[in-house]
Amino acid sequence: MPMVNIAGKEVEVDEEGYLVDLSQWNEDVAKYMAVEEKVEMTESHWEVVNFLREYYAEYQIAPAVRVLTKAIGKKLGPEKGNNKYLYELFPYGPAKQACKIAGLPKPTGCI
Amino acid sequence: MSDMDEMDEGSGIVKKFMFLNRKAPHGTVYALEGLEVVLITAAFDQDVSMVFTDDGVYQLMKGIDTKGIEVKDFSKTYRALEGYDIEKLYVDQASMDARGLTEDDLIVDVTVLPVDEMANLMAEQDVVISF
Repeated sequence: MPMVNIAGKEVEVDEEGYLVDLSQWNEDVAKYMAVEEKVEMTESHWEVVNFLREYYAEYQIAPAVRVLTKAIGKKLGPEKGNNKYLYELFPYGPAKQACKIAGLPKPTGCI
Repeated sequence: MSDMDEMDEGSGIVKKFMFLNRKAPHGTVYALEGLEVVLITAAFDQDVSMVFTDDGVYQLMKGIDTKGIEVKDFSKTYRALEGYDIEKLYVDQASMDARGLTEDDLIVDVTVLPVDEMANLMAEQDVVISF
């Protein structure tokens, strides 16, 4: 699998650019992935990325977008737990793009 | 017109899917693959239930530690099922008894069923898939 050099560290990614080893994730990796996805990270983006990392730590999966939306609504409020808000932050799919930036695998059942 | 009863606001036909889990969590790929299929099925808004029987009950054990066998511990993922609106989890009473297990040993809330009730439940399904 391809290796990329991120801030002086060799990091392994899969053919779609997702991080292979979750433990290699750090903020530099997130920023690199964000540039790849053409996403400019704001505090709101970080909030979703951090939420995803916590979700993964608890359940060991990357959630499907519907599940992510619902879970964010529960934790951060309905103004954030909706498709419009999340797609504005991550236009090519919050589950797909935000998971990549968070260093998670592509969500199961990501359609 | 009876077909209309199966329609859910125009989103398509909802069938009753049962996923039958019979194998220990590790050693074969069945448990993990079965779980992934269930999570994918959830995206299609179907009526999903999961059954754990035989060594399949071990999939739901609390305190699984996979460090020694160097594979991913996906037992926590069963706790995510609720968020996927999969709340019908059934466990076979005899399989639990044979292994000295009770509901307190399991990582999620389940309904423990005797074999005759389990048979009735299976008979109600449109699709039963075994892993």
